[in-house]
Amino acid sequence: MSYEFKKDHVVAIDDFTIDEIRTILDLAKEMTPIAEGKEINTDFEGRVLATLFFEPSTRTRLSFETAIKRMGGRCIGFARPGTSSAKKGETLADTIRVAAGYADMIVLRHPQEGAARLASNFSEVPVINAGDGAGHHPTQTLLDLFTIREEKGRISDNHIGIAGDLKYGRTVHSLTKALSMFDAEMTFISPPSLKMPEEITDMLKREGIEYHEVEEIEDTLEDLDLLYMTRIQRERFPSDEDYQKVARSYHLEKDMIKNSKEDLKVMHPLPRVDEIKADVDDTPKARYFQQAANGVPTRMALLKLLKEG
Amino acid sequence: MEGKEKKIKITPIEHGTVIDHIKKGQAMKVLRILDLVDREIDSIVSMAMNVNSSQGKKDIVKVEGKELKNEEFDKISLISPNATVNIIRDYDVVKKHRVELPDRAKGIVKCKNNNCITNQREPVDTEFEVIGEDPVKLKCIYCEREMIGEEISRNVL
Repeated sequence: MSYEFKKDHVVAIDDFTIDEIRTILDLAKEMTPIAEGKEINTDFEGRVLATLFFEPSTRTRLSFETAIKRMGGRCIGFARPGTSSAKKGETLADTIRVAAGYADMIVLRHPQEGAARLASNFSEVPVINAGDGAGHHPTQTLLDLFTIREEKGRISDNHIGIAGDLKYGRTVHSLTKALSMFDAEMTFISPPSLKMPEEITDMLKREGIEYHEVEEIEDTLEDLDLLYMTRIQRERFPSDEDYQKVARSYHLEKDMIKNSKEDLKVMHPLPRVDEIKADVDDTPKARYFQQAANGVPTRMALLKLLKEG
Repeated sequence: MEGKEKKIKITPIEHGTVIDHIKKGQAMKVLRILDLVDREIDSIVSMAMNVNSSQGKKDIVKVEGKELKNEEFDKISLISPNATVNIIRDYDVVKKHRVELPDRAKGIVKCKNNNCITNQREPVDTEFEVIGEDPVKLKCIYCEREMIGEEISRNVL
């Protein structure tokens, strides 16, 4: 199959059109047997991917590395800033120019917002943003969309609950923007202090997207086709007591989902702490580990489209 | 206008540029934006702050012997959108221009987000898209954080 895809870099999910997103998801589907090791692929033989992680990450880095290796390519890079020349005071711009001289593509995670945009200005080879501070993490959103489509057959016409820290969570902001492109109905579940920012809800109103806001998971759980859980971080609260009070109401347990729709699917970008109890894991509704696995074919598809584009 | 300036005892200049109707308290920042503080220039630069006018208090900046160009003075609009620029020849105003907001602001304002990559030691100028006029609203092209009104003048580089 041939694909129309012209992108120099991948910085934010907003940089994609809905057709480009569909192209990535279609190709991700085709790449799944390769991602699972059932088919052999050598599209990236002799190619080198630089993974520059100025901030620790497990899933994102490992899945990019798996993706390139499953396609016959190799990886260079670092997993912590302590092992890079940034520690010696090198600018990001210089690190990127040097890496662009070694590798065919660069995957960048950085603690500062705007790092990937800056890197793309200094790189001759494609830069993929793997998270820039509280900014963007477009490949997480792509794998989330891929998972929703795999689990539900389509993205639109689903009622999706998004729960947890909706104020600061970059994952949920990007996901919400993307879901709005697909006309999915959304319910935001959060304590009042961690509500979805107005700039996002204003955007939904402008686009005419149906959304609701509730404070407890159980207020909406029975209506949902999909529940997307996220972590609530302790440091967002003034005291431990405040945190405990809120965190308790964002725990999902097996008992809670027994009255939910039979085909409800539960997703989580991981890592989880206490927000999903282990007794949910064995139910067919738990899809978060599959979601993490879907990071590989989704990232393979993106790498392949950038290479061929 | 000329009359009023004479009345409030601001000496006219023979030749050069008078920037009038600068928002009260912003004259120093106007000088910084126009790079008139550190730049080696022969002109005499003077400023008057807290001047009475029919529309309340204002600041005025005069640059003698130098005619500023549009692209230079339009930058002032970011912190003082009502400023006017008068080009003076032989004590007469030969050109009067109200500053216009540019589409982009490069290297004029620092991003308010401390965690923005442009606030690190990187070899790039800050760059903002102008997304609002009244009040002026800027969006950092790197971290996408928005700045408005006072935040902008507080962050002039």
